Amino acid sequence: MRRLIKSLAISAGIAVGRRLWRRYRRKRGAKSTGPSTDDRDRWLAVSINAPPEQVEAEPRLREVLARPGLRLQMRITPAPGGRGTELAVRLKEQPLPYDVNLLSRLAGRDPRQPVRRALRDAKSLLETGEVIELEPREGPRTLGGRIVEAAGARAAGEGRL
Amino acid sequence: MRALCWRGVNDLSVEDVPDPVILNDQDAIVKVAATTTCGSDLHLIDGYVPAMESGDVLGHEFLGEVVETGPGVDRLKKGDRVVVCSFISCGRCWYCEHDLWSLCDNSNPKPGIAAALWGYETGAVYGYSHAMGGFRGSHAEYVRVPFADYGAFRVPDGVDDETALFASDAAPTGWMGADLGGVGEGDVVAVWGCGAVGQMAAQAATLLGAERVIVIDRFRERLDMAERHIGAETLDYTATDVGAELRERTGGRGPDVCIEAVGMEAHGTGPQHLYDSAKQRLRLETGRPQALREAIQACRKGGSVFLLGVFVGWVDKFPVGALMNKGLTVRGAQQHGQRYIPKLLDLMAEGRLETRQFATHAMGLDAAPRGYNMFKHKRDGCVRAVFHP
Repeated sequence: MRRLIKSLAISAGIAVGRRLWRRYRRKRGAKSTGPSTDDRDRWLAVSINAPPEQVEAEPRLREVLARPGLRLQMRITPAPGGRGTELAVRLKEQPLPYDVNLLSRLAGRDPRQPVRRALRDAKSLLETGEVIELEPREGPRTLGGRIVEAAGARAAGEGRL
Repeated sequence: MRALCWRGVNDLSVEDVPDPVILNDQDAIVKVAATTTCGSDLHLIDGYVPAMESGDVLGHEFLGEVVETGPGVDRLKKGDRVVVCSFISCGRCWYCEHDLWSLCDNSNPKPGIAAALWGYETGAVYGYSHAMGGFRGSHAEYVRVPFADYGAFRVPDGVDDETALFASDAAPTGWMGADLGGVGEGDVVAVWGCGAVGQMAAQAATLLGAERVIVIDRFRERLDMAERHIGAETLDYTATDVGAELRERTGGRGPDVCIEAVGMEAHGTGPQHLYDSAKQRLRLETGRPQALREAIQACRKGGSVFLLGVFVGWVDKFPVGALMNKGLTVRGAQQHGQRYIPKLLDLMAEGRLETRQFATHAMGLDAAPRGYNMFKHKRDGCVRAVFHP
């Protein structure tokens, strides 16, 4: 019994230690401009063709980034050379490794996908006033068509952000 | 409405599809009066561009009449006769503001596909696969035009449909090759590919001050057309050594600017063509870059090469040594049409830019599969088939 309690205490201690260490690394990473060592911690970013004060004051930005299920940290900085504003976000809770593997991405379950979609929508709304829509597809699909359709459905949440 | 749909590799059919509707405030609906085949469509039809879905409507080079506008459209009105740029661009992102319209950040709703291929997504194109947005194309009775204030241009009264049609894509693409290729007074310019885009690049080079323009192809009727309408010199690559001929014609220097207007399905002679064809069929390279290799090899030291032909992925035996050691400037782009279309329409109205000759075969939309077959195999001297839905 004592041995069980001891091993449980050690496991709990390790878990708490790892959590504290991850929190410390995320905090340090937020301040650092150095390379991220874990993709799950990476900030996802877009540049918006508008000055930072305009981006910060834009209510639609908060609306898009506060969509259900999104709990985000946000960073707004001026882009160099008159390139507008860099808007960067990342999930408050670091995703688990199996949430961001290839299968999760293909299945549309990677929690970073709605974040990328929200970033792109925010950028488009702020720059153009709308988010471009596509005509719905109708009619039967071939196997190849289904694959292309699935890739297209994931595409707004993928890419180099 | 009727539309030309892609059903699979080399399988096209004209079918009933739903009419387009206004989906965004800045959309317009255009009733298509004329829409033309383009060499880049052949890459879709032949199955070399991934991300086509059975039922996709083809076509990206068109002209028509505005029949409906969304509440966010200010510059156009119902009844306007417009030519529409093949690229869909928002007009307000950093790229559009810097006249790099085909790189628009906000028009491609499926950015992950192009980003996987090229690192970043580009703007969207009508009827040009889901990598380029998945929008319906113009080989149809009606087309939805997003960001219409930025992509549709009123055609001056004195310019007929067959002339203005090519301001949608071929003319600005060719003009861009000469402009961004840096053609200047007194230059010798060589253009690989004598389709509508190549001929437009040659015509643009002449208007931008080139002293001599040499076009290269294997189809006699196309070379004759370039000679007759542009006054260009011609080279049939099946009858001569192109590199040696260019050296001889330029006093041993080589052309100052070389424009490649062929793309990923280049034909050629000799073992190089066999090598590229085999590798492309085995999917070991996605394009056959023989014309590009030739352009880089033939270009004078310190000269400029501009890549207009469409490539989608990777090519083999790219002459990077020639590029580096000769100090070449190599540049390429999909067309930044919105940057050039107003000027090109003015030149057409003044009679200084000829494009009508490209419309060699006019037909109804129901004949479009036959039109593409003629266009693909260059039968009956076909330079462009133009459909009138």
